[in-house]
Amino acid sequence: MEKMLMKGNEAVGAAAIKAGCKYFFGYPITPQNELPEYMSRELPKNGGTYLQAESEIGAINMVFGAAGAGARVMTSSSSPGIALKQEGISYLCGAELPCVIVNMSRSGPGLGGIQPAQGDYFQATRGGGNGDYYTPVYAPASIQETVDLVQEAFDVADTYRTPVIILGDGMIGQMMESVEFKDIQKRRLPQKDWALKEHVEKGSKKLINSLYIKPEEMEPHLQKIFGKYDVIKKEEVRYEKFNCEGADVVAVAYGTVSRIVRNAIKKLEEDGIKLGLIRPITLWPFPFEAFDEISPETKAFLSVEMSMGQMIDDVKIANAGRLPVEFYGRPGGIVPKPIEVVDKVKEILGGAK
Amino acid sequence: MSIVFERTRGMVDMPLHYCPGCTHGIIHRLVAESLVELGLMDDAVCVSSVGCSVFTYNYFDCDAYQASHGRAAAVATGSKRVLKDRTVFTYQGDGDLAAIGTAETVHAAARGENVTIIYVNNAIYGMTGGQMAPTTLVGQKATTSPNGRSAELQGYPIRVCEMLSTLDGTAFAERVSVHNPANVRKAKKAIKKAFEVQTAKQGFSIVEILSTCSTNWGLNPTDSLKWLEDNMIPYYPLGNFKTPEEN
Repeated sequence: MEKMLMKGNEAVGAAAIKAGCKYFFGYPITPQNELPEYMSRELPKNGGTYLQAESEIGAINMVFGAAGAGARVMTSSSSPGIALKQEGISYLCGAELPCVIVNMSRSGPGLGGIQPAQGDYFQATRGGGNGDYYTPVYAPASIQETVDLVQEAFDVADTYRTPVIILGDGMIGQMMESVEFKDIQKRRLPQKDWALKEHVEKGSKKLINSLYIKPEEMEPHLQKIFGKYDVIKKEEVRYEKFNCEGADVVAVAYGTVSRIVRNAIKKLEEDGIKLGLIRPITLWPFPFEAFDEISPETKAFLSVEMSMGQMIDDVKIANAGRLPVEFYGRPGGIVPKPIEVVDKVKEILGGAK
Repeated sequence: MSIVFERTRGMVDMPLHYCPGCTHGIIHRLVAESLVELGLMDDAVCVSSVGCSVFTYNYFDCDAYQASHGRAAAVATGSKRVLKDRTVFTYQGDGDLAAIGTAETVHAAARGENVTIIYVNNAIYGMTGGQMAPTTLVGQKATTSPNGRSAELQGYPIRVCEMLSTLDGTAFAERVSVHNPANVRKAKKAIKKAFEVQTAKQGFSIVEILSTCSTNWGLNPTDSLKWLEDNMIPYYPLGNFKTPEEN
């Protein structure tokens, strides 16, 4: 297929439609509005339904209804709106319903600001709502990767009967890049024999439910869900490791920030400093295995984030006390410049090499 | 021997968890009988809510969802948009529908979602032990209005059918009661009509059913029925507020 120039938010919509998404329940919030707008325009042309809900809470519960009826369904929002969806996400996990949820995140807490930020890392990777659960989280770093991962996300959702989160940010949502809609390798997906059907099958009452009032039933339900998580951790971890062999410092960065680190890598090369990059593509499951092999030359890990430091907790777990774990963050909607990362690396190494 | 009375086949053969004297059992039966008589039972989709009616998915012999507190109308919306030819109904109490679920309910009605809401109003939070509801009458005692609901402090109860009938998307709205046999019969008629409105794809339908809560009202079942008649009906007048015009 030919390449085309697309805005991130619209590319998400196009990728979802290509993946067979037929239902989208939206609610306006900056900086993701082009996505529901795109879906309201394009989904009906592709045999689907776009519906604007009364709130993010309404939207995620409409997702619950449609997913329970076996539909491929998506909703999107940005940070404060994703916070409102957390109740629904918890119920979706409890009832094991597949869907894709897009967060084009902005800064917080509270109304925060509308510029790109990564302060939703904890919310995305630690469940976010009540109870014991996780959701797979994809963090694309380009529009092309966004398009590829959105299609993958639907298959992962169906494979494991789980909500999947696409965690972008205002930068990913708003910028334009050239994309190609490749045919991703199709997975063999399980039949949705648990879902409500258009036509009822006699004697097979279907129930979409997260309520297990008896502890002796709730415990095995959770153990079953966590059994799936074990498989996800084994099969679905994705990351990119770049320039780490013999690196002086290895940066860890995802999404937008990983691109800034790449620029810093080039600048540091001119000074004879080697900066490596571990880029988690799945934030949950976190790519702990990427940290297994560390070059003897490497003196520290550096978590670079557009937050006050959230992913650094996972970096510390992955590091397991072997090296110092440093942090550089610009929160509140500030996107760090490559030179800031360069300076931080030099500071870690004790001034210019 | 001929059978003179039997369990409706629209309900599963199992004990209900409701308190003795509760009118939920009557209302369940009316809903199930209506669906069976209209030939819709097998196709029906029940959306259970949170509160005393949390386990309705066990009782109706059809597919079901268990929705989070107040969100049944949104879940029903998502379900019906996919399952266009099935009969989707929610079964909600007054706390679930008229407090936490107000937005979902009002907007499902405003959109004219082709679903049916069975709304059971007993003027109190039953499952959690008798707290004040959005429908608790002024002066009525509850565990969180121990001196009786004060209009000055806690405002006024909400008349849901009147409110929703102002919306163009609402096709059918009727308030009924189950405090005596004559009204039980009227209630069933309204429930059947609401499902017929959905089958005819005429839009949003709601039946509000005044119900008792002996346990949390602190009255025996007979006195509860009398209390409903004497106190609830004057504030929540019975009758039809909206119905589609006959062609």
